[in-house]
Amino acid sequence: MTPFLAQSEPWISFDVAGLAEQFWNNTVDGLALGGIYALVALGYTLVYGVLKLINFAHSEVFVVGAFATWLTFYGLGFRSGATPVLSVFEIILFLAIACLAAMAVSGGTAVLLERVAYRPLRKRNAPRLVFLITAIGASFAIQQTLRLIFGLNQQPQIRLLQPEPLFKLFGATVTNIHVILFVAAVLLWFVADYFVNRTRLGRGIRAVAQDPDTATLMGVNKERVIVITFLVGGLLAGAAALFYMMRIPQGAIYNGGFLLGIKAFTAAVLGGIGNLRGALLGGFLLGLVENYGQSLFGGEWKDIVAFVVLIVVLMFRPTGILGESLGKARV
Amino acid sequence: MTTQTVSAPSKRRSIREQWNNLSRPAQWAFLIPVVVLIYFLPVLNPPLIATTGTDFPTAMFDVARYALVAIGLNVVVGQAGLLDLGYVGFFAVGAYVAALFTSPNSSLHHLPYLWTLPLAMVVTMIFGIILGTPTLRLRGDYLAIVTLGFGEIIRLVADNVDPLRGQSGFERVGTDANGTPFFANATAWYWLTVTIIIAVLLLVGNLERSRVGRAWVSIREDEDVAEIMGVPVFKFKIWAFVIGAAIGGLSGALYAGKLGFVNNQSFDVITSMLFLAAVVLGGAGNKVGVLLGAAVVAYLPLRFVQLAEYNYLIFGIALIILMIFRPQGLLGARQRLLARGRQAYQRLLGRGEQISGESALAADTTGGPR
Repeated sequence: MTPFLAQSEPWISFDVAGLAEQFWNNTVDGLALGGIYALVALGYTLVYGVLKLINFAHSEVFVVGAFATWLTFYGLGFRSGATPVLSVFEIILFLAIACLAAMAVSGGTAVLLERVAYRPLRKRNAPRLVFLITAIGASFAIQQTLRLIFGLNQQPQIRLLQPEPLFKLFGATVTNIHVILFVAAVLLWFVADYFVNRTRLGRGIRAVAQDPDTATLMGVNKERVIVITFLVGGLLAGAAALFYMMRIPQGAIYNGGFLLGIKAFTAAVLGGIGNLRGALLGGFLLGLVENYGQSLFGGEWKDIVAFVVLIVVLMFRPTGILGESLGKARV
Repeated sequence: MTTQTVSAPSKRRSIREQWNNLSRPAQWAFLIPVVVLIYFLPVLNPPLIATTGTDFPTAMFDVARYALVAIGLNVVVGQAGLLDLGYVGFFAVGAYVAALFTSPNSSLHHLPYLWTLPLAMVVTMIFGIILGTPTLRLRGDYLAIVTLGFGEIIRLVADNVDPLRGQSGFERVGTDANGTPFFANATAWYWLTVTIIIAVLLLVGNLERSRVGRAWVSIREDEDVAEIMGVPVFKFKIWAFVIGAAIGGLSGALYAGKLGFVNNQSFDVITSMLFLAAVVLGGAGNKVGVLLGAAVVAYLPLRFVQLAEYNYLIFGIALIILMIFRPQGLLGARQRLLARGRQAYQRLLGRGEQISGESALAADTTGGPR
């Protein structure tokens, strides 16, 4: 019997020196990537907090946003290839238009999803696993619709903004895209947090999350609250899609949401699903861990790192790092 | 997975009752011709159901392969109620075991192909224990997501670990030392698979009727209550997981042998979802149901090639509609345990239909007219 591994070099390596060397670069990039995860994770966490439902199709809501971004750029007359020379004002204007379009489309998709797939099930008091399988079906349906419309291949990448180094942080290059992603993620999280914790509608969301029946008795319109929850999640996913398209040098693709969706879900679980602060923390942590893992084990292992983190966290801390629910969040 | 069979439509129940009321010889008299017919389907090549795109025996083998997978996944999802979204991982392990021990691309010792079938089962059982032990303490949605993660990890490992050859894959799987394939034509593969299916069905049927099966049903219906009533929940969950895994591995090894080629492309999440769709479509927990579901999932795309482009879209929509209007699948699980209990109760009291039968399921009945 010939030895199994005799001829091959080791297929996994531990590049500790590389990790040390790339540490600050990875940190910066991980925080930017984590911002995207955090925004998508907020959608998972909001819906989970209110309905105790893992909205498996949320990743498709994100992808729809990515296509909306691309179509907006395309519609504004941009094509792939060289980045056009634009003034700062124009860049902000076009990005804002794309952001609004993506948010609108994603939010609409999320609400539609709730109407078509989940509401009939709620009316019938279906068990939770039925919700999950419906979500999988919805995910398929959206994905395949996108495939039929846009085809199997990636859309050509359109870049409005080329990454340019802004300043150095501990030897790591921080680009404008890094800054935009990080700031936007924290900002949008603040808006979401303010909305849930400080506004009237947010109080309704927290009330339904805590106890739907009592909330109904107290005059909260449960159906409306659920629609709003889906809408907010969809809006955030749309914004995340725009930022994703700014960061990743690839175009939109019909099945691009799956991996990002599961990672964002991992981020939500990591921080404590149902907890807004947890989603932000989990997003950044996962972005960091993934980038460190990529340096340590090599690029092809980075997805595995995310899955292993998910499993380890669920095994030892099923409620996540900040295991407090949306309903019990501090007022 | 919740089922509402006590209040199932009366027509289906009467068919089932009629079947159960038949004497054993009468049942055999019906079953044997059906089995013979199933065996000879690829030879007969009936004009209406013959496939246009692929040749018919290969299509029938695909149906049989899906049926075997569905039986295995049904043990996990239908019987024990553990939602497993990473089942394709076990399928992949089985296929890779067959490939590693028979393909000339592998440096491992070569075995005769038939030996790799039990070997694949053993290896996937070990994988089932490895994956099940840490994860089966989770429930419901979380379990589903973690199994999904495990399925993906297995696929990514197959992508990235060099000895598993990634995309270039293993050629001539299932061949002997001279390079001749185990079976030359698809019909023989179909016969082998059908025979294995019958054996597995008998085995799983016996398991279902045993203590193990009752424990599974109790876990599926209410884990906490089962635990309190003294069912070692964790142990029986592992049992279900391992048996399901072994059947998945067996199916994977058959697939690898028939196709003769294994690489990392055929083990993605979509395949996993299709397996699950077969089980859910037919009716989780019902063996006849999942066979039907598997036949639908595997056969329809091959029969209606012009629909191939819309396959998955139709699937997605069908899953949503089915879950909304018929959450228990085309043929729901029969609630044998509860039905027996009700019969016993009736016999004791002479009446009492409404007390035991309905109230036992009252918590799960999903409302809506049925």
